[in-house]
Order: sequence, then structure tokens, then C-alpha cells
Amino acid sequence: MDSAVAKQGRLIDIRKVSYDYGYGDVLKDVSFPINTKDFLAIIGPNGAGKTTLIKIILGLLKPHSGRVEIMGKTVEEFKDWKMIGYVPQKATSIDSLFPVSVKEVVAMGILSSLRFPRLSEENDRRVFTALKQVGMEDYKHRRIGNLSAGQQQRVFIARALADRPKILILDEPTTGVDARTREHFYDMLHKLNEDEAITIVLITHEVGIINRHVAQVACLDLTLVYHGSHDEFCRSDEFKRMLAEGHHLVSHHH
Amino acid sequence: MDAFFLYGFLQRALLAGVFIAIACALLGVFLILRRDAMIGHGLAHISFAGVALGLFLNMMPLAVALFVAVAASMIIMKLKVTAGLHGDTAIAIFSSVGFALGVLLATLSHSFNVDLFSYLFGEILAIDTSEVLFSVALAFVVLCLVVLNYHKFLYMTFDRESAKASGVNVDRLDSLLTVLTAVTVVLGMKVVGILLVSALVVIPAAAGLQLAKSFKQAIGLSTSISVASVVLGLYLAFLLDLPASGSIVLLSFLAFVLLFVLRRTRK
Repeated sequence: MDSAVAKQGRLIDIRKVSYDYGYGDVLKDVSFPINTKDFLAIIGPNGAGKTTLIKIILGLLKPHSGRVEIMGKTVEEFKDWKMIGYVPQKATSIDSLFPVSVKEVVAMGILSSLRFPRLSEENDRRVFTALKQVGMEDYKHRRIGNLSAGQQQRVFIARALADRPKILILDEPTTGVDARTREHFYDMLHKLNEDEAITIVLITHEVGIINRHVAQVACLDLTLVYHGSHDEFCRSDEFKRMLAEGHHLVSHHH
Repeated sequence: MDAFFLYGFLQRALLAGVFIAIACALLGVFLILRRDAMIGHGLAHISFAGVALGLFLNMMPLAVALFVAVAASMIIMKLKVTAGLHGDTAIAIFSSVGFALGVLLATLSHSFNVDLFSYLFGEILAIDTSEVLFSVALAFVVLCLVVLNYHKFLYMTFDRESAKASGVNVDRLDSLLTVLTAVTVVLGMKVVGILLVSALVVIPAAAGLQLAKSFKQAIGLSTSISVASVVLGLYLAFLLDLPASGSIVLLSFLAFVLLFVLRRTRK
């Protein structure tokens, strides 16, 4: 089963998903696939249903119609959640007084899935490797609240990586981060995508600032208005329309 | 000092007190960080109804209180999730209703006496052997369950949504934490009394949180302060003929003030 899916390269299948919070639709009939090694940006204006779609994929919300399949299984049947690393938007607004060290944050994911949790040598190594992947290994004894927003974001990515996921889903990862840090950040994601073959899915409301490393684009605005390669998106009518509507489209593509 | 450890009643008090102190501080850390510090206070008041009912029915008050507190904690949980009541409303209502019921039952059974007062103000020095065994066994179960679920509790307290997304059953663990709190509050009641038990849950944990850089430190500091307050408080009570409950709570408050000032002056 798994190998057949792998051959196809299809990790997640979003099929005719609709959702509403009781005051009109948020998502309507959205369908698109997420494939192995995609570097996908889900873009769209504020309130376009991006976060809602992510929460449906993660099983945090139930769609009102349609369904999501992960590796050929519905969200209800799917059990291997360690495969999906989730980095929430809230990462930037955590309780800054919470007494928890960087190392403890990164170990949370691994240890909470064990019946008799122990920070064994093997787990310790996984934590260190994950911190190294995001360049935060020197900060492991620091309290998370004492780090900058960008550093905290990296720690949360390390937490997701420590579970050795096949997919990394990031909700607005570069909010409140300066342009240079943002560039470094995308380089790091690119490296994970290339070297570790981790599928990257990120959402951003800054429609215009699509980094050059992004390979696929899914553009949401209630319905799916575009899904395809970043190249084609830049030449598409949708892109031009959004530009005209003033969505600050400054594609960093070249 | 030697005499302190020689008396049987002191040994019993120390044994039960130390176990209960650890359980209180452990849960306190989680409850404070979950912004749920008042639940201990609420459940203590509700256990008063249980104690009064126990005296009324002539059954072991501690056991009846345990049953009532656990049942109430589960109802409060449910109401919080489903009834759309604001924040602490369910706790506020339940705690006063519990106390009102307790007053009524106590009056009806003419048990407004020394026995009842020992539950209101705590009488750890008068704890008997069966109560010690009951308390130590239950506190031990609470400790084991907290230790086993430590990382899950930490994950969901720190970042509920991610915990849920990575497969942690947060709803079930919410219930577990609430029930464990109810059990611990009833146990703590024996040490410092219904009116002060929430102090035992909240103050040592709040003190420990002042200086901790990691969660491990927070837990270590909080439980140490809790145990130290109970042991020292019992010693002072014995030495100076003071009420144990008041001594214990004021000592833990002293620790809180010291650590609070230390943190503020460090910056």
C-alpha cells in the first residue's frame, strides 16, 4: 500500500473540501494534491480559508463536505501523525514566561508519543540533530521566552523535525521576521526539501512575497483559484488580477 | 528536634504530609500554567459538601468527599467545554453551591463540632493510621499518573494545538488532570484544611515558577518548596504550639515572597 502511494508520489489528497463557521462559506469545493518533495505555498488574502484548510488536513477540524486523504487513508483512519510536522502560527505568541528550555520544547514531540517516556541517548541525539538542522544547537539550555521570534520559530521547526516527518506544514512562518532572516529561513527550508526530501507546505497571507525556493503555488480565495507551478503562476491571469487588485504581489521569482 | 521524630503522630503527619505536598506542587505547576489556578479552590469548597455528607451519613468523610469532588470535577470539565459559560463561572457557581450544601447538611446532622472544624482548618497532627495509608496510597497513584503523562501534560499545556496535531489525546488528558486535581485537593484538605488547601496547590508552584529556566527546574523547585514548607511547618507547629495549617501556608508564602523578590532584583 505504502509503496504504491510512494510510486505515485501522492502524499495528501484534498477532495472537494468545504467548510463554514456558521457565517458563510470559508472553503468551497477545494481539491488539489500535495506530492512528495513539493515545496508548496498556499497563498491567498486574509480570511481565505488557508489556516482552516491546514486544520482540516491535521484532523483538528472536520470538513462539512468532501474529505482529505493522507497516504491513501482518510484523516479518521490515519494514525501515523508523526509523519506530519506542524509548526503553528502561534509560535510567535507563546507565553513568554513559560519555564521551558529549548531542549525541552524540541523533545516534547518525541517524548509525548512514548508510553514510558525517557530522554534516552537516542532521543537526545535526535533532539540535538534537529536543533543543528535549524542552526539552534547553541541555545538548547536557554528559556524559550528569552529568544527572538525568528529563533523561536526555528525551535518549533526543530520540534517538528525531531519526529522525522515526511511533511512539514508551517502556518505563516515568517510573520514578524525581517527580510534577511526570512531569506535565511527559506534557504533552510530549501535545504530540508532538497537534502532530506521533506515535503514543505507553508501558508502565507503576504500574497506577493513568494520566495524563489517555492516550487508550487495553491492560491485560495474561498475556492481554489490556482494550483500549479510557481513559474506558471507568475504568468497566469490570476496573478495579474491579484496584482491589479493591489495584493502587493512582489514575486521574488526570477 | 529528636523528639520531633519520635512521636507516632508526628511520623504519621510527616509521612502523609510529604506525599501530599509533592502531589499538590506537581499539579499546581500545570494548573497555574494552564490558567486554572482557581480550580483547587473551587474543588475544596465542593469537598466540604462531601465531608458534611459523610458526617451526616456516618461514613468516612474523606472517602465521601473524594467521591463528591471527583464527580464535581468531571461536571465542571464538561460544562467548561459544552455549556458556553465564561471562564471560571462554572467553578464559582459550584464552589458556593458546594459550601451552601455543606452548611445545610452539617446543621441538619448537628455536626458543627470539632470533627467538622478539623476538616475546615486541617488537623494533620491528628491523622490516624488508616487515613495515612489511604492518603499515601492515593498520593502515590496521583504521582505515578503525573509522572507517566508528564510529557503529554507539558506538551498540551505549552502548545495545545500542536500537541493535538501530533496525536496527543488532549480531551482525555484534560479529564485526567482534573480528576487528579480533585483527588489531590481532598488529600490536601487533611493537611491544611478546606479553607487553605488551594494555597498548598498554588503557592509552592507559583514560588517555583519564579526562577525556573526549564520545566524540570520548575517542578523540582516547586516540590522542594512544598515539602520544605510542610516539614518545617509541622516542626514549628509542634515546637511553638501553633496551628500546623497556618504555619505551612505562611512558610510557603514566605518562600514565594523571597523568590519573587530575588527574580525582580535579578533583572
